[in-house]
Amino acid sequence: MKTGARILLEGLQREGVETIFGYPGGSVLPIYDELYDSEIQHILVRHEQAAAHAADGYARASGRVGVCLATSGPGACNLVTGIATAYMDSVPMVAITGQVPTSMLGNDAFQESDITGITMPITKHNYLVKHAADLPQAVRDAFYIAGTGRQGPVLIDIPKDVMTAQLEEVPPVGTARLRGYQPTYEGHALQIEKAVGLIADAARPVLYVGGGVIAAGASGEVARLAELMLIPITTTLMGLGAIPCDHPLSLGMIGMHGTEAANYAVTECDLLIAVGVRFDDRVTGKIEAFAPNARVIHIDIDPAEIGKNKPVDVPIVGDAKSVLQRILHRLVKKEGREGWLDRVRRWKEAAALGTDTSAALGPAYILAEMSDLLGENGIIVTEVGQNQMWAAQHYCFRRPRTWISSGGLGTMGYGFPAAIGAHFARPDETVVDVAGDGSFQMNIQELGTVAHYHIPVKVVILNNMYLGMVRQWQELFYDRRYSYTELPPVDFVGIARAYGVDGMRVEEKADVRPALLAAFESDGPFVLDFRIEREANVFPMVPAGAAINEMIGRRQR
Amino acid sequence: MKAHTLQVLVENKAGVLSRVAGLFSRRGFNIESLTVGTCEEPGMSRMTIVVLGDDAEVEQVKKQLNKLIDVIKVSDITERSTVDRELALIKVAAEAGDSRAEVMQIASIFRAQIIDVGTRSVILEVTGDTEKIDALETLLRQYGIKEFVRTGKIALLRGSKGAKAQK
Ligand SMILES: Cc1ncc(C[n+]2csc(CCOP(=O)(O)OP(=O)(O)O)c2C)c(N)n1
Repeated sequence: MKTGARILLEGLQREGVETIFGYPGGSVLPIYDELYDSEIQHILVRHEQAAAHAADGYARASGRVGVCLATSGPGACNLVTGIATAYMDSVPMVAITGQVPTSMLGNDAFQESDITGITMPITKHNYLVKHAADLPQAVRDAFYIAGTGRQGPVLIDIPKDVMTAQLEEVPPVGTARLRGYQPTYEGHALQIEKAVGLIADAARPVLYVGGGVIAAGASGEVARLAELMLIPITTTLMGLGAIPCDHPLSLGMIGMHGTEAANYAVTECDLLIAVGVRFDDRVTGKIEAFAPNARVIHIDIDPAEIGKNKPVDVPIVGDAKSVLQRILHRLVKKEGREGWLDRVRRWKEAAALGTDTSAALGPAYILAEMSDLLGENGIIVTEVGQNQMWAAQHYCFRRPRTWISSGGLGTMGYGFPAAIGAHFARPDETVVDVAGDGSFQMNIQELGTVAHYHIPVKVVILNNMYLGMVRQWQELFYDRRYSYTELPPVDFVGIARAYGVDGMRVEEKADVRPALLAAFESDGPFVLDFRIEREANVFPMVPAGAAINEMIGRRQR
Repeated sequence: MKAHTLQVLVENKAGVLSRVAGLFSRRGFNIESLTVGTCEEPGMSRMTIVVLGDDAEVEQVKKQLNKLIDVIKVSDITERSTVDRELALIKVAAEAGDSRAEVMQIASIFRAQIIDVGTRSVILEVTGDTEKIDALETLLRQYGIKEFVRTGKIALLRGSKGAKAQK
């Protein structure tokens, strides 16, 4: 005899799950009881939202499906922001929620919420499992859906009586059985042929790569294509790390806070090779003015992304890695294109930041020092706001999956719990949460989690005592009327200590490096509170709705 | 903007209708009508969805529908040869006398059935394509339509071939 809860855990183990992030409650007690002697490691977070973000961070750092668990009603609802965050960034995740017993479903029973209804628009798929015998296949299908095609979160809602039901015989699980779900991995041969022709003939091509390249593990193919055909590369926010920042063909990030070189090159290119991107408005600015003179090749695993925002000349539905391999197979090395590469190089040089000689403690300095100290060995997770954009601009990402940030939803409070998840995925790496003082306070209670399990996550707060990014918009577009964006000073080091976490406040440039070293050398969690210039801005910037070559604040540092 | 007719084969499972309907509302697509019922395949249902939009919009609708795990196949049958039908029930004001006689005459021209007669109204039942029902509605409006329900369109391809999958 086996209970539903037992069957669930066996299903998770069959999928290779080692760590899950969760929070208990009445409706999931049978699962917690089984977890008590399970080999699966459970990390008790301090808020369910953090469980979802941690599962997400785990998935982004490892490339595997992240798992979180919450009780019914309030627990399940607290997962929502985390699930939506994973959905927007196509992160493979399975969220498991407890539900009131089937006999009480729909009665507004204590702690009931229709979580499958609530999460329908923010999951790739979801299940309400009404019979224990359906659990094995539901778990198998959920992991398959979450981890294949365009990845995303899947929710499994399990009523309490299904967890306690006793089964004589557990039905065997086969492969995933889904008539309506067959992702396309192979690109269409004819379209690939067309792409090859355009790439060989273009005079001013640009590669525009995003999170899809990281998900597909196609960074190597992107670099080979760029080097073979002499094509400059720009990445989206989600694509950071797909190509080393110091690669000679790298233009850096594109879009609202992208580099001049990237934004100009895309504006002037005659061929845009878009791989694993979705032409997000934060990238394209005014869409009509985005790559206005270019033919467009778009490679994506999700057919619905192709042509959604921008008309495409050569659509290729498929896995970025295999499609690029087949394209590479047919191309011969390109000579020439020196004129175009020179032009691009001049943009890069013109915009290169000089050495920072100001006495004030600025974010760029801190991030450059961090980048220098960590070299190849860091995973940078961020919160949302200026801190996120500064990290994207000033930290040199060299490997895929070393940059973890909420791009699509822009969720404040994401970084700290996601960093916890990233640590469990890659315990040998130094994991840093680059935070703003506002964002950090959105999931600051996770100091309890890092203290409890001695999780060596480092929190680097770029503390401007403002909701900085909003303040920046108010400064630029609302006549400096700082309506409700000022935050009073907080003693973050004191708070960290109260939880049993080490910390240090830094106010002088000279103290930056020693403080970072102290944090990185400590074997436990560490909070660094950098009191930065209060009104530093993120530049360059493309105002919302402008074309991406209409940047403001270009020469500022 | 034009009306496109989509035939959508879906798993017959709880929540499928709300997944499909939710997708339309969430993405701001304009549903003209949606009908659903079981079909020849056990465990599946067939939806006929009439959606208003330009070609690019409808292309996006089809792609988004295809992404739903419970959707087995989506076929755009707008340009193909189909038979399509709607059923409507129309309660028309018709006092005994001249106007009632006229209503009954119109009904017989349209091959509509009179299925209920009250002192001041009659109820007609009519099946046909959308245009026929629209035409009947227009004619009856002068007598006063008290209540009007229609099912929305259902459609099948003519001949022996079924709708081709677009997956
Ligand atoms: C949950 C959530 N609420 C509100 C916002 C809107 N928002 C975007 S950036 C920002 C300010 C962030 O401030 P802080 O964390 O201090 O970072 P800074 O910009 O100062 O680096 C706000 C409020 C958001 N992105 N997420």
